[in-house]
Amino acid sequence: MSVIQELSRSKRSVSPRRKGDGRWALFFLAPWFVGLALITAGPMGASLYLSFTDYDLLSAPEWVGFENYTRMFDDPRFVNSIGVTFTYVFVSVPLQLAAALGLALLLDKGMRGLALYRSVYYLPSLLGGSVAIAILWRQIFGADGLVNQVLALFGVQGQGWVSHPDYALGTLMALNVWTFGAPMVIFLAGLRQIPQMYYEAASIDGASKFRQFRSVTLPLLTPIIFFNLVLQLIEAFQSFTRAFVVSGGNGGPSDSTLLYTLYLYLKGFGSLDMGYASAMAWFLLLIIGGMTVVNFLASKYWVFYDD
Amino acid sequence: MTDATTSTQTVTTTAALPPSDSDVPPGTEDRRPTARPRGRQVRAKVGSVLKHAGLIAFGFVMLYPLLWMVASSFKPNALIFREPGLIPTDIDLSNYTDGWNALLHPFSHYLINSAIIVLGSVLGNLLSCSLAAYAFARLEFKGKRLWFAVMLMSIMLPIHVVIVPQYVLFSQLEWINTFLPLIVPKLLATDAFFIFLMVQFFRGIPRELDEAATLDGANHLRIYLQLMLPLSMPALATTAIFTFIWTWNDFFSQLIFLTRPEMYTVPIALRTFVDSTGNSSWGSLFAMSIVSLIPVFIAFLFGQKYLVKGIATTGIK
Repeated sequence: MSVIQELSRSKRSVSPRRKGDGRWALFFLAPWFVGLALITAGPMGASLYLSFTDYDLLSAPEWVGFENYTRMFDDPRFVNSIGVTFTYVFVSVPLQLAAALGLALLLDKGMRGLALYRSVYYLPSLLGGSVAIAILWRQIFGADGLVNQVLALFGVQGQGWVSHPDYALGTLMALNVWTFGAPMVIFLAGLRQIPQMYYEAASIDGASKFRQFRSVTLPLLTPIIFFNLVLQLIEAFQSFTRAFVVSGGNGGPSDSTLLYTLYLYLKGFGSLDMGYASAMAWFLLLIIGGMTVVNFLASKYWVFYDD
Repeated sequence: MTDATTSTQTVTTTAALPPSDSDVPPGTEDRRPTARPRGRQVRAKVGSVLKHAGLIAFGFVMLYPLLWMVASSFKPNALIFREPGLIPTDIDLSNYTDGWNALLHPFSHYLINSAIIVLGSVLGNLLSCSLAAYAFARLEFKGKRLWFAVMLMSIMLPIHVVIVPQYVLFSQLEWINTFLPLIVPKLLATDAFFIFLMVQFFRGIPRELDEAATLDGANHLRIYLQLMLPLSMPALATTAIFTFIWTWNDFFSQLIFLTRPEMYTVPIALRTFVDSTGNSSWGSLFAMSIVSLIPVFIAFLFGQKYLVKGIATTGIK
């Protein structure tokens, strides 16, 4: 069962049959508790506090109330980075999931070579987050990169895609779509769980292939689509490496690839404006959390649970 | 009435068949509404060939940039910008020797640094996450439901929300420019995704085994060490491989915690390489990029069974 289903129905999953493993639990959970306190929850609280301060790492934090938060919305680079990030996320994630679902549907049902196709399509997902692939992307979409060399074969004169403010973000989105393999593998596993007899029943009733897809596959796959959507949206909001490497660390040209986390990094660890960076981090958490809540609420209208 | 019996019979016959619907056994043809005339079968065959051709072509296009990077790493710089093809007209290994020695330290130095962090992270995750998972899967304790929910939610917590205070903490401990900020958190089960993965796996191990062991006088530590861990090799392997790949590729936290050149890992070294060469030596930059991808590729080759199972089982029921 997925994290998401687990969270929405955690009541069912635990049965308090016995009591009294308390000491053992403390023993087994000790590392996790220490980690939670020192590495996760503690720093979370600290960054919430820092977000209300002016802090440059060298002198003690100084309380400034909501100033960091109000400053954010007067900061044109911040407002721009929100726009860039939303464009990146809400264009590339649907495309990525569409590719993942499309390929999963084509690969379904014990076809020959399934394992090989799956591996080939999955490989980019494993490599896509690396610096090496970001370097490759920078070259491919450069002025005399691979894309333009191929275009030249067809007599088309390309341009420096990564160095043009209108296209640079597009190259990053292409990279995100390129990594459709991981959600595809999840779709494949989901498709395998749909009982064959539903299709048989449907075809006896004279349902066409398309009708079967619309009335059997799609409804039964909605929980998986939902899971992939939530997961990929959260992940896309945190994309960093590709923007950093492709833009040379500054989000250029003219801030067109300044993804949210890249600006956060530049503010916090470039200009040591740690209070501002913490406020940005909490605002990011708010965006991601809010989006996930909206997703869950909306899911009641389109996600179908078979059991 | 007759309609109903016919359809149930059809369901049972088709259910017994293999999923491919190309060959219909004689005798069932008249009763199966889905039976295909011969012309349709030929068309289905042609369709399947076309589909394979399309899938292969698509896979080739997808992997082309990677293949081209490999090919280009053997080409002299001047050719990289002129040859979109895969076969180099002139093979040249100097990109590798140049790239290896292009930075302050030989590239092996960065490979070793990355390997140390990866090794520490893998061992840390295996130990700490399996301990926590045992508690969530097998023990009953106060507040379990709450802690479990906290654990699940921490999976989705963006690192940015904790990175600034972590940096402050680690710099007070004088851990910046050591590997500790990258390894110690793994020993404390902060990669909760793997706790969840192992909880799922542990739940699938029959409780009767624990109960038998308990009757034989084994305590929880022994059950964990001698029963659960040996039976959970697939989950442990999945954890090890994912930790390996994610840590090897990780850029953000290494960029923040490692700023002295001798502590650089492979991703940070590559990024410095980009900055120092600009567009002048793509060949050696590609060569070192390939070197950095080889360990991930090997992990993928030998571990794909676990990788695929890992995403599939944590993704769905």
